[in-house]
Amino acid sequence: MSDKQIDDVSGVETTGHEWDGIRELNNPMPRWWVITFYATILWAVGYMIAYPAWPLINSATTGVLGYSSRAEVANEMAAAEAAQAQYVDRIAQTPLAEIAADQELLQFAIAGGSAAFKVNCVQCHGSGAQGSPGYPNLNDDDWIWGGDIEAIHQTIAHGVRFDADDDTRFSDMPAFGDLLEPSEIREVSAYVYSLTGTPADAAMVEPGAEIYADNCAVCHGDDARGDVEFGAPNLADAIWFYGDTEEAIARQVANPKHGVMPGWVGRLSDPVIKQLAVFVHSLGGGQ
Amino acid sequence: MTDSRSETANVEQFDAQAVNAAWSRKPLYEARKKIFPKRAKGQFRSFKWAIMLVTLCIYYLTPWLRWDRGPFAPDQAVLVDIANRRFYFFFIEIWPQEFIFVAGLLVMAGFGLFLVTSAVGRAWCGYTCPQTVWVDLFLVVERAIEGERNQRMKLDKAPWSIDKIVKRVSKHAIWVVIAVATGGAWIFYFADAPTLLVSFVTAQAPTIAYITVAVLTATTYTFGGLMREQVCTYMCPWPRIQAAMLDENSLVVTYNDWRGEPRSRHTKKAKAEGKVVGDCVDCNACVVVCPMGIDIRDGQQLECITCALCIDACDDVMSKLGREKGLIAYATLSEYADNMAVATAGGTTGVNPDLVRNPDGGFNDKVKHFDWRVVFRARTMLYFGVWALVGIGLLVALGARDRLEVNVLHDRNPQFVVLSDGSIRNGYTVKLLNMIAEPRVIFLSIDGLPGATMAITGIDQPDGRSFAIPVEPDRLRTMKVHVRQPLDRLVEGKTPFRFIAEDKASGEMDIYNATFDTPGD
Repeated sequence: MSDKQIDDVSGVETTGHEWDGIRELNNPMPRWWVITFYATILWAVGYMIAYPAWPLINSATTGVLGYSSRAEVANEMAAAEAAQAQYVDRIAQTPLAEIAADQELLQFAIAGGSAAFKVNCVQCHGSGAQGSPGYPNLNDDDWIWGGDIEAIHQTIAHGVRFDADDDTRFSDMPAFGDLLEPSEIREVSAYVYSLTGTPADAAMVEPGAEIYADNCAVCHGDDARGDVEFGAPNLADAIWFYGDTEEAIARQVANPKHGVMPGWVGRLSDPVIKQLAVFVHSLGGGQ
Repeated sequence: MTDSRSETANVEQFDAQAVNAAWSRKPLYEARKKIFPKRAKGQFRSFKWAIMLVTLCIYYLTPWLRWDRGPFAPDQAVLVDIANRRFYFFFIEIWPQEFIFVAGLLVMAGFGLFLVTSAVGRAWCGYTCPQTVWVDLFLVVERAIEGERNQRMKLDKAPWSIDKIVKRVSKHAIWVVIAVATGGAWIFYFADAPTLLVSFVTAQAPTIAYITVAVLTATTYTFGGLMREQVCTYMCPWPRIQAAMLDENSLVVTYNDWRGEPRSRHTKKAKAEGKVVGDCVDCNACVVVCPMGIDIRDGQQLECITCALCIDACDDVMSKLGREKGLIAYATLSEYADNMAVATAGGTTGVNPDLVRNPDGGFNDKVKHFDWRVVFRARTMLYFGVWALVGIGLLVALGARDRLEVNVLHDRNPQFVVLSDGSIRNGYTVKLLNMIAEPRVIFLSIDGLPGATMAITGIDQPDGRSFAIPVEPDRLRTMKVHVRQPLDRLVEGKTPFRFIAEDKASGEMDIYNATFDTPGD
């Protein structure tokens, strides 16, 4: 850098940097460019005064405009809520059964129900509402407590065996392990299994049928098709709540599991519960 | 008497200076030198007026053209309907997924630019670039109000007076009006123009319309009126890119110094003194008309937008002097270099125009003139070939594209559902696209999968294998479709089948190959 390098052709000073014999001229910037550059610096200073900028130990400078991104989110949420309000109001006022008749409302209810389902229901019923042993699959057409939209709504609102709600669904299958001999339990299990499958020992089916008629038919029905009034599952279909083997059936006969579903009244607003009912009903199994 | 400095004579002297030595310091910025282009007259100027008229008409009038598409689509010939995600161009309607056509047009524009630049240099910059066109337009206003170059320079130097204020204010006012019209025309491409105009002037248009007009007004006024050549020189990347596009056979605006030098303002006197003189009389006509304020006689430079106004100016002078036109002309580097070699006797002497002339004053045989055949060289042919291929491809694709589509998304969660009778159900989200501006009944049916039936949410019809689905004009209909196969027909694993969407009236058909999942692998 000791001596100044002047380009012979243009007479302009060069930067002294050389690439393959080519040197860069050190021409000054155009005035408007420099002014723009200084303007951006001024803008930055103004921005720092107007908006939150400098980090402090526990917070940051707030800026004279009082802007905060949290408040902006709150505003946006409020705006979104306000935008949805007219649909939510209509859902609140429309009887459940009539929502499906209004395409627009149906679409909104399914979308809203889907969102609420992902937050509140997927923990037990799975993200596709497909359930798992002990947690019913909501896509199929087998409903323990009824699959029309009113019944679904009732179940969502008040839950199953949910002590905190007096209107909750309640069923209590006795533990037949105390009432029947183990051999009888195996026989009745073989009979129940035979309704849809082929049991391991066909000889047990006939005595099993008798035991069934004496002990089980009162709730599950003579044809074993269950009864939604009592929450007695249909035993003559392809869908098994606690497993589809004779052993699983025997376990449930001897010492039944009783799952609990919370009621959502009070936790979710009425329109949201309605939307959930519409959504679950739309999954394909609704009656 | 002793000079104290001589005592240090044995100290080594360095040849050095501070990098910021006071005498060599330059200001951080360079003030812009004002340019007052004189109006040129000639064939290129006339050509540019014509192009200016055509391009401005296209820009301002296109949104007002109407095109009847029937009752279910807008009747604006060119419309970018962002809200509904449709693009209308006369008889063509493009959906977002057909954006490939726009991409294809951009590819064509790119290769078109390569083609034009490699053949005739920066013709885009000089004739059709909006910056050039609007600067030209703003200069027309400036000349009309402030007068020709000399008057404008005088006015600029003059102290502020009533006259100067009136002229300046009216010039800028007209510029702003043009800028508003320019920004205003832009928004009409995005909505129904007559409706938007009414709502715009009655203050009922969407805020974004006003913001767009404000931004474009500001940029038009600033770039076209205030910054002008600074935009081309400092802001635009194209002058740099063009260097890669030009070759020795590209036509560029050239000062033919092989016949112009040595320039002389006093030709007769110089000739009388026996000096060699070229055609250039150093009148600077080429400099005063240049909108970029450069001297083309310094050779090709990045500032030059090849608007060819210097050619007009110089031709005018040459014909007044009774010499051949073309001292400044479109020429290729290769023909220029050849002629230069002739005029300098292979580079051994300075330019001697006598070497290119016959004794009678005409050019001799060694001088090369532009041969139009160099335009058709391998490079330009390649560009043209790619350009034409893309164009033909687009036309073929346009002719063969579907106006009826079915798209299917198979439910993955759950993949399948076992129903109480043991049958298996799969869920699909089916989208039917009716891409014409007519309502249609589209028949959706399943092909394959024996025994299976489907049910469609929102279509009140018993389970079956074929559904008639009304679809609104120019709309997509999304439906939940449940396909169910009875227990006795089930096949383990994945079974391929087809969704067929058919418009029985027109015979159009689209097929989606789907699969049906059952338990097992």
